[in-house]
Amino acid sequence: MSETTVDIDIAALRRKQPRFRGIEAGHRACLGCGQALAARLMTEAAGPDVTLTNATGCLEVFTTPWPESAWRVPWMHSLFENSAAIAAGVEAAYKMQGRKTKVIAMGGDGSTFDIGFQALSGALERGHNMLYICYDNEAYMNTGIQRSSSTPHAATTTTSPAGKARMGKRHLKKDIITIIAAHHIPYAATTSVAYPSDVRKKVRRAMAIEGPTFLLIHAPCPLGWGHEGNLTIEVARLAVQTGLFPIIELERGQLANAMPIRDPRPVTDYLKVQNRFRHLFADDLRAKEELEHLQALADYNMETYDLRGEGPDAMDTEAADTVKRRGTRWA
Amino acid sequence: MPLALEGSQALARTVALCRPQVVAAYPITPQTHIVENISRLVADGVFDCEFVSVESEFSAASVALGAAAAGSRAYTASASQGIMLMSEVLFNIAGLRVPMVMTCANRSVGGPLNIWNDQQDSMAVRDSGWIQLYCADNQEAIDTTIQAYRIAERTELPVMVCVDGFTLTHTLEPLELPSQEEVDAFLPPYAFSRSLDPAHPISIGTLVTPEHFSEVRHAHHTAMVKAIAEIEAADGDWQALSGRSGGALLESSGPADATVGVLTIGSIHGTLLEAMTEYPASEPVRLIKLRCFRPFPAAAIRAACAGLERLVVVERALSPGSGGIVGNEVRAALSTMEQPPRVENYAVGLGGRDVPLDLYPRLLEADGEVGGFSVFDVDVSRLAPEDQ
Repeated sequence: MSETTVDIDIAALRRKQPRFRGIEAGHRACLGCGQALAARLMTEAAGPDVTLTNATGCLEVFTTPWPESAWRVPWMHSLFENSAAIAAGVEAAYKMQGRKTKVIAMGGDGSTFDIGFQALSGALERGHNMLYICYDNEAYMNTGIQRSSSTPHAATTTTSPAGKARMGKRHLKKDIITIIAAHHIPYAATTSVAYPSDVRKKVRRAMAIEGPTFLLIHAPCPLGWGHEGNLTIEVARLAVQTGLFPIIELERGQLANAMPIRDPRPVTDYLKVQNRFRHLFADDLRAKEELEHLQALADYNMETYDLRGEGPDAMDTEAADTVKRRGTRWA
Repeated sequence: MPLALEGSQALARTVALCRPQVVAAYPITPQTHIVENISRLVADGVFDCEFVSVESEFSAASVALGAAAAGSRAYTASASQGIMLMSEVLFNIAGLRVPMVMTCANRSVGGPLNIWNDQQDSMAVRDSGWIQLYCADNQEAIDTTIQAYRIAERTELPVMVCVDGFTLTHTLEPLELPSQEEVDAFLPPYAFSRSLDPAHPISIGTLVTPEHFSEVRHAHHTAMVKAIAEIEAADGDWQALSGRSGGALLESSGPADATVGVLTIGSIHGTLLEAMTEYPASEPVRLIKLRCFRPFPAAAIRAACAGLERLVVVERALSPGSGGIVGNEVRAALSTMEQPPRVENYAVGLGGRDVPLDLYPRLLEADGEVGGFSVFDVDVSRLAPEDQ
């Protein structure tokens, strides 16, 4: 990065220039991939002075079929369960080298909630200056849609199939954000690809904090959830509007903000557009019970996070974004 | 002037002399004293590094990998179950060709639980693609650790320095610790050609398809084979600087006309040296100390075995159902000789079983089955009939 100062109108220049993207188009993600969109939004907000670590998963596979790479920022994949630990090592090295480059660790829900959870918890406890981003598509999608501890209750996956004796996943979606909150890190938040400006805003906020931060991005997988690729944003928004995926911010583990839901939708609006919940709409008493169960979970979230509100419209209205970090300004 | 130091203490001070910027470790017997001593050096301001006290060996290796990939010299140390837990990362580090150094304080692998010394742990990861150097004594552990950084950084291959747990790590010996100037002269600052730098963004650890994977493995194998020259050069240059040699690939001692040889790996060498004086054999015996196990120095082993009619390979690990790990590889290496020695192979000192001086005459008298293998010193009467 250059130290040279030049007299230009940065705001005007930004309006003329395309936004920086750390991930290029042309990668091999599926049509409507929520994770690819989330990663793009994240890199737009994070800017070029970052180093990324990536757990094994779809994002790693579809962005880096050697000798191609979609990444315009330093990127490293090691294993499934060590994205946070690799990032911690990069951060420790940069600290000793006197670099200010921010380290961002990325993983899916399988890597974050399950196999890489120990490494993540350790990194948060040690206070590394890094942002951990979990792209939450609620199952092991890269291996072909197996249940993870993030898979919602009653969803069908290839290892929690609905059948005569079972109504999909028997267990609840792990409340990862509460577990993260227990680490009392400076900042943790949830967001969704349905709200691009919210994603960018939260990435920027996390980037500006010296210390460990965590962001959970809800990102539909059309293939795994069973909806058309053009419905990704709509499905993601319904998850929020039903209260099933609360959009919140936590500071030092305490709830600081929640995206208000002015007109809550019934969970069936969200569930009926996805094949993974199709069995819940059969003429079956157990299916009805599960629908009630899922509605109760949404109601619980509405109460717990006080989501019902008169707050500002949560639609994406923000214009071109800016990253301000330690006096350095990136377009 | 020699200092009276415990092996672990000496290793910690040696690591500090090598100036790694990041050390990541998790405690495990018998490695613990090494990381405790490093922590103390950091706390006292003697050693300026980022000491990352992680939550598992898996993360210890991962943090070291991240640090090395980010362009810092990195170090970790472990043993036994810790090596097993980090084994996935060890393969990854080597496969990504990221240089770093680790100490393996050799210990058995459970179950059943056993905290004492053998070499089952490092032998279990012999195919991970790391260079493996085995130390016969603590002076060699000091010198090998320093050499390991130069070898790693010149070859872009990670190096595992194996020291027998307790036998070396917990033993107090008079040791020569090199000066900071000597080590600095030997180890130039670390510069990694493929580091994570936003000014020159690269992607590390991409998906490699069948179309390219054989080439990747070929390149790794070739680099390991070529590393033999670097291992020899490092030992030679270190000897020129310090006056001490670890023997590069291996060290052969004893009369040139010997027809009987004993090949060992690790600290048993010292025991056998002592035993040779205590129990002089009726015929001349050549002692071969294997220092470099990966890459496997087949040519050097053949040269060292020239003229031998009988070779007893003594090791501290085994591959159950196959036999001695070192023994089998030595046999394969010798098979291309015109007149290879008869090879007998024993595993001794398993799980910390004492290796007494009289082991030496007993081994020579054992006259074991040629081409065979057995665990030495087994009291079968203590076993159930079906296990005898």
